[in-house]
Amino acid sequence: MSSDIYKDIILDYYRNPRNFGDLPDADVRAKDSNPLCGDIIEMQLKIMDGKISDIRFKGKGCAISQASASMLTEAAKDKTLEDVKAMGKTDVLNLLGIDPGPTRIKCALLGLKVLKLAVYGHLGQTVTEEVKQLV
Amino acid sequence: MVEKLTINVARIREDFPILKQQVNDKPLIYFDNAATSQKPSSVIDAIDRYYRQYNANIHRGIHKLAEEATLAHEEAREKVAKFVNARQTGEIVFTRNATEALNLVAYAWGRANLGKGDKIVLTIMEHHSNIVPWQLVAQEKGATVEFVNIDENGELRQDEVHELIDDKTKIVCMTQASNVLGTINPVKEVARVAHRFGALLLVDAAQSVPHVPVNVQDIDCDFAAFSGHKMLGPTGIGVLYGKAKQLESMPPFLGGGEMIREVHTTGATWKDLPYKFEAGTPNISGAIGLGAAVDYLSNVGMENVLDHEQEITRYALTRMKEVQGLNIYGPMNVDHRVGVVSFNLGDIHAHDLASILDEDGIAIRSGHQCAQPLMEFLQIPATSRASFYIYNTKDEVDVFIEALERARKIFAR
Repeated sequence: MSSDIYKDIILDYYRNPRNFGDLPDADVRAKDSNPLCGDIIEMQLKIMDGKISDIRFKGKGCAISQASASMLTEAAKDKTLEDVKAMGKTDVLNLLGIDPGPTRIKCALLGLKVLKLAVYGHLGQTVTEEVKQLV
Repeated sequence: MVEKLTINVARIREDFPILKQQVNDKPLIYFDNAATSQKPSSVIDAIDRYYRQYNANIHRGIHKLAEEATLAHEEAREKVAKFVNARQTGEIVFTRNATEALNLVAYAWGRANLGKGDKIVLTIMEHHSNIVPWQLVAQEKGATVEFVNIDENGELRQDEVHELIDDKTKIVCMTQASNVLGTINPVKEVARVAHRFGALLLVDAAQSVPHVPVNVQDIDCDFAAFSGHKMLGPTGIGVLYGKAKQLESMPPFLGGGEMIREVHTTGATWKDLPYKFEAGTPNISGAIGLGAAVDYLSNVGMENVLDHEQEITRYALTRMKEVQGLNIYGPMNVDHRVGVVSFNLGDIHAHDLASILDEDGIAIRSGHQCAQPLMEFLQIPATSRASFYIYNTKDEVDVFIEALERARKIFAR
């Protein structure tokens, strides 16, 4: 019954997503989808003194995309915007504790892309090609 | 388990080298045949032989290799013509795939024959390849596109067929077998209805020609499109069947070498069928590979292919119904469907399910199956899909069922 990808921790975040829902006084919102499977993630951020003071996400999709987005919200809280801009694929894989493999990696990275879109949006900066290529 | 099968599957499996491998330390179970089939050694060898022994461009060279290559290419056309019972080889146009064949009709026939207020009738179960080209040409010509819906069994609404096809209808484009529901559509009956109103019938045969005996004259369709790679052949080769009368009246699709009779600075004239529609150096090795695939299927016999797949499908449907929380889309009557079974297991996302099955060496498809209008109609975001072919066994279905149970338990935690 064991699964290499679907560890208890991932299923737990999928079933009971942390920081799920709306942030009514959010300073910035971003949303994106994976055109291959239609998975959607939206992130809402409250920003104070250059740091993410609060964060929520909403979405629809597979366990990998939803769990990694939820884990990211926890990791991003209290981080500076510059810290978030520096986050990459390795950070997400460390949070998940697995490498989902080439066919599923985009599921795992959708949350990170949306988080970065929000940060770049808030800073009024052009989104880098690297961010666009995440999913 | 003793299997009563109409064909010798063990012997057939010997012909497919790819099936001998392990995936994730488990024997590969390939249930993604509606996406593309595996290839027997005879097909791989035919392509290999062409490149090693008689590679040359066709129809132009005078030398020995060119003659041999031309002969093999045209022999492949004859095999395909015979396989679907076309009246003549001129009715078999080689394309890149079924998608290109459908586009050929939409552009070459559609642009010349559609006008403002004309109606194109499709079905809600069409693949995107039989929707998007018609939306594009309809937009260009001011025509409209209408869809025949399905009933609760996943079968075509016959009442809507009669309701929608009318004097304004110029063409009806429908799949003979749904790549999502597996539903076999009554194309012969629809041809009669369409012709009564002077409309043409285009059949998307991508999921039918590989799995059921298809006789284009009996259906009386005006066009039929299918892909080589779904019927044991290589990728990059597809077929458009068209009644000679229709193909002759149509302008060319692509211009270039091979398709012309004469070119002058003032204009050009076209070659006879089917070359008028085959601009540029064609996929010679692909056509030869497809010819070998047709030989393979003909040797097995399409009636036997159908019998075997129906037996596997019947068994799979019975076993899948035992899995708690599993929803199957499409007809439960095996006589009304091909071996394509779409399903969802509880609230497990199709991609998660496919990943878990992959851990067990099982290849299935997951997603919207290139049929978003159908997904919208069914009000589901995606499905998982298992699709069978001549080399699949009931034992493989048993392993598949065990894997579904494993997935269910993982997500029930």
